[in-house]
Amino acid sequence: MPSTKIDINLKIWRQENPDAPGSFQQYSLAGLSTDMSFLEMLDVLNEKLTLEGREPVAFDHDCREGICGMCGAVVNGQPHGPEPGTTLCQLHLRHFRDGDHLVIEPFRARAFRIEKDLVVDRSSLDHIIQAGGYVSVNTGGAVEANTIAIPQQIAEQAMDAAACIGCGACVAACPNASAMLFLGAKVSQLALLPQGHPERRLRALSMVGKMDELGFGNCSNERECEAACPKSISIRHIARLNREFIKAALFAE
Amino acid sequence: MTLGQTVRSSVGQKILMAVSGIMLSLFLVVHGIGNSMTFFGSKAFNAYAEKLHSLGFLVPLFELGLLAVFLLHIFLGLTLFLQNNQARPVRYQMEKSSGGRTPGSRTMPYTGVVILIFLVVHLLNFHFTDHSIPISDIVRNVLRQPIYALFYLSALAVVALHISHGFWSLFQSLGINHPKYNATLRSGSLGAALALSAVFMLIPLCTLLIKEFLR
Ligand code: HEM
Ligand code: SF4
Ligand code: FES
Repeated sequence: MPSTKIDINLKIWRQENPDAPGSFQQYSLAGLSTDMSFLEMLDVLNEKLTLEGREPVAFDHDCREGICGMCGAVVNGQPHGPEPGTTLCQLHLRHFRDGDHLVIEPFRARAFRIEKDLVVDRSSLDHIIQAGGYVSVNTGGAVEANTIAIPQQIAEQAMDAAACIGCGACVAACPNASAMLFLGAKVSQLALLPQGHPERRLRALSMVGKMDELGFGNCSNERECEAACPKSISIRHIARLNREFIKAALFAE
Repeated sequence: MTLGQTVRSSVGQKILMAVSGIMLSLFLVVHGIGNSMTFFGSKAFNAYAEKLHSLGFLVPLFELGLLAVFLLHIFLGLTLFLQNNQARPVRYQMEKSSGGRTPGSRTMPYTGVVILIFLVVHLLNFHFTDHSIPISDIVRNVLRQPIYALFYLSALAVVALHISHGFWSLFQSLGINHPKYNATLRSGSLGAALALSAVFMLIPLCTLLIKEFLR
């Protein structure tokens, strides 16, 4: 597709700091290349704002190739924008039309604090990981990697779950601001593999407990998370988390 | 984790929601089968009602159990609704589905409350009423009034909406999800919800439109 130039009208949430009230500001950008990524469009805007002596829009990003999970904002009501299975940094302007109006908001949830503009503190997801999203490994001589055989299908499932980049779009998309897809991915990944088995019972219970404590909502099976997830993580992993939880809470030794 | 902590956790509440949902759904199926006796005439329907009441003490026992399940389901449903509202104190300026929600899933708490109101009217109509005349006449007298027939039809449409999501949702809550049968589960639960609702809706429709119905 040959690149063309388009104009985009932006309405962006601006907020000075976590306690400031914040409001929407409008900006217009003309002659943007459709080869540009969404974040590059924000770069263009920020350059313009800086030259005008105005405060640039703060937004998170790092790899810009869809693997680190740092970027993310809600574009016209959809986390990471309208393209399925795509992070904001990998979303390109060719998916938009000349003269489009875009409303850009930060991920919103009680458990996520807005630091500034579109930058959101998602460390609550790290706290959930700290509650059990790990395996404990004894020190000593490294074990031969292939001692424990793992069936291909299981390895694939675990890998699908491990694709989660921890961006928090599932929370942002969930009508209840629940983190169940994130939890499902993490619990699933470890529950499927033998290395995760010794701690699987405690893991399911304490990670769910932590999620509740941090003020995330309850899953009501709306399935918005899997539709918004840039890694297309399936709610099948939430079902596995539910099974892990039921087993751990009611049947574990 | 104690049992108390388990049922108060988010996943625990969802499990109770699913289990109470299953019980209510089973009740709805049995109620639907019983009510379909109306299609075989007032005699068959009255005979069925009599048979049911001849079960003696089992009847109030079952009613109390059902009431408890309803109360649990309603209490939990409203608790979850309130908790979920608090989980996003500042809403988005623009909300757009990414493609997961259905009309049923987005309205669960609201359809639930409508069902609750319907239940009160329903019980006043048919349960807490003068039982000196045959049950078929009680039903007929109510549902022949267009206003009541319409009320029942709309309330039952709301039930259909509720279970259109609920019948599938309860499987997911209990961890039943597998690519092998997901498509079957989804269309099967939707089909079952619609078929069951259709049986219920036919009753007010027939009473209103067919002169001899339940005579
Ligand atoms: C015949 C009556 C009813 C039936 C058959 C029924 C069935 C169900 C089922 C199967 C579910 C799915 C459970 C799950 O997601 O695991 C559900 C969810 C729900 N029900 Fe009902 N229900 C009935 C009445 C009510 C009433 C009276 C309320 C009153 C408020 C209510 C409120 C809810 C809510 C809010 C949910 C969603 C909970 C969540 O997913 O967070 N229901 N219902
Ligand atoms: S499950 Fe998907 S949306 Fe949620 S944090 Fe992981 S990658 Fe992001
Ligand atoms: S910046 Fe790394 S995923 Fe978008």
